[in-house]
Amino acid sequence: MTETKTTTKNATYELRLYVAGQTPKSLTALANLKRICETHLAGLYRIEVIDLTKTPQLAAGDQILALPTLVRRLPEPIKKIIGDLSNEERVLVGLDVQPVKE
Amino acid sequence: MNRTTSSRATPGLAKSPTGITGLDEITGGGLPSGRPTLVCGSAGCGKTMLATEFLVRGAVEFGEPGVFMMFEENAAELTANVRSLGFDLDRLVKQKKIVLDHVHIERSEIEETGEYDLEGLFIRLGHAIDSIGAKRVVLDTVEALFAGLPNQAILRAELRRLFRWLKNRGMTAIITGEKGEGNAITRYGLEEYVADCVITLDHRVTEQISTRRLRVLKYRGSAHGTNEYPFIISERGISVLPITSLRLDHAAPAERLSTGIARLDEMLGGQGVFRGSSVLVSGAPGTGKSSIGATFAEAACRRGERALLFAYEESSAQIVRNMRSIGIDLAPWVKKGLLQIHAARPALQGLEQHLVAMHDTVQVFRPAVVVVDPVSNLTTERGDAVVKPTLMRLIDFLKQQQITALFTSLTTGGSGASAAEDSQVGVSSLMDTWLLLRNVEFNGERNRTLYVLKSRGMVHSNQVREFVLTDRGIDLVDVYVGADRVLTGTARVAQAAHERSAAELRREDHARKLRQLAGRRKAIEAQIAALNAEGEAEEAEVKFAIAQESLQETTTQKNSAAMADLRGGAKASNGQTKGTR
Repeated sequence: MTETKTTTKNATYELRLYVAGQTPKSLTALANLKRICETHLAGLYRIEVIDLTKTPQLAAGDQILALPTLVRRLPEPIKKIIGDLSNEERVLVGLDVQPVKE
Repeated sequence: MNRTTSSRATPGLAKSPTGITGLDEITGGGLPSGRPTLVCGSAGCGKTMLATEFLVRGAVEFGEPGVFMMFEENAAELTANVRSLGFDLDRLVKQKKIVLDHVHIERSEIEETGEYDLEGLFIRLGHAIDSIGAKRVVLDTVEALFAGLPNQAILRAELRRLFRWLKNRGMTAIITGEKGEGNAITRYGLEEYVADCVITLDHRVTEQISTRRLRVLKYRGSAHGTNEYPFIISERGISVLPITSLRLDHAAPAERLSTGIARLDEMLGGQGVFRGSSVLVSGAPGTGKSSIGATFAEAACRRGERALLFAYEESSAQIVRNMRSIGIDLAPWVKKGLLQIHAARPALQGLEQHLVAMHDTVQVFRPAVVVVDPVSNLTTERGDAVVKPTLMRLIDFLKQQQITALFTSLTTGGSGASAAEDSQVGVSSLMDTWLLLRNVEFNGERNRTLYVLKSRGMVHSNQVREFVLTDRGIDLVDVYVGADRVLTGTARVAQAAHERSAAELRREDHARKLRQLAGRRKAIEAQIAALNAEGEAEEAEVKFAIAQESLQETTTQKNSAAMADLRGGAKASNGQTKGTR
């Protein structure tokens, strides 16, 4: 399931989602993430999904404990959001993103 | 160190030896194999050290690789910290015997939204275990997660799952935890999840002296020592004063050892003390306790045995110098490696710590004789109730190793007859032989005397001896027992002189009498000679008279014959006369 989605070539937001296999929680988290990014960061983001059941050695690098974990690698500083990202408001706070008013 | 402890494990419950001196004895073979053990205590009590030693010894000595997952320090810090114990974690990591994984969690970086679990931690741990085939795991201190993760309900559920998971994977694990407030074992109640074995560590300061203690609070399915055991962290790792020394089953050799003082040996049934026995030398200041101790150690060295001297009052150089003044030269023995002097201030650490350190030194040096000078200094800050059991452990340990021990003990120097004895009641019952040194003040001077108060299993003298320090070592001199007191020192010398002069007078008198006798004998002899001479003269006279008479008789016969002839009338009846012609 390790896949890379690039929406733009010059992504401002470099996001990495750590999951463990195709659990309901992983799937929910990925779906939520995609929706939030498309709504508020259209064209500015890049998502990398890392499945730790396949590459467990990557867990130590970003200090992953809880799953799923979303890591904002860019812009600095690094931010982490744990959980299935079901609360959009808190995800935006975590990513330090101004919500797009509609 | 005892490596055979695993064979004594309770049947049915497999145990993994920790390799930590003493701990395997207390737990009867080690920690429960394939189960988690909780090690808890306050900050700085040695939890991380214990966990590290468990892991390192497992990897090096028992062929069980291990994973160290740390939540507080990072790998570099831990490596530096345990290097002082002689553990080279870098090398073990390179050899793939140990994996260090630092789990760092920063609350400020983390936002929480929705459901999650700690599968990431499981994956990391599982990966580390698989990469080296680990059998042992340390989680130090997993409680840091409580500070890092906001949702405690999830965390608790996940920790429960984690310990279950460790068990399922057959990992022998140590989980460390901070001591909680009040009576709580741990701050976050980890003991709820880790129920198989709980060890508490403690670092207590009593009267400004700190002592580390270890206690096995719980060990499901196994007997274990339940007391608090003092331990130290030294350059050889952790040492716990083991329980085995509390058993009273040591052998009792009949071999005797000289104390180095011939007259003292004489007082102790003529052969000195038993090998493996304990001797207490007590006395007021300046009664010569240290000198007896040094003589005892030197005597062992002379026999080619090793001696260990623990000094708590003087430095080793000072002891060597001072003993030289009474003709005991310790320096050559130190140089030869037969004598070791360990000097330390008693206030350096608590009594238990000292005893553990002594224990360690004895196990490394393996001496035949141990001298502790003085044992009372170790006990100054403590009541007898604490001192006795710890001292008992040391004595029993030495007895089991068949090491002969001499303890000196400073008494308060009370002038009363029983003061010196009273102050020793606490430890004296542990001793086999008890020598009491006492100053006798009389005639304007103090003199040292020595008594044998007791000596188990041998005939011993009930006499008081004067104890004399000369430049040729220690000597014991018979005292003069006067009408109401013993005489020592100059009084003894005066008494001796007095007796000497009396003897002199008697000798003169005898000589005079002999001379008189000789004179008389001479006079008698002279008389005898005179009488003899008189007798001889008389005899000569008598002989002369006899000779004269017989001559006259012959002459008379001749004359009468001649006359008969001349008468010419030879008669037939007188035929004889014819014949003679």
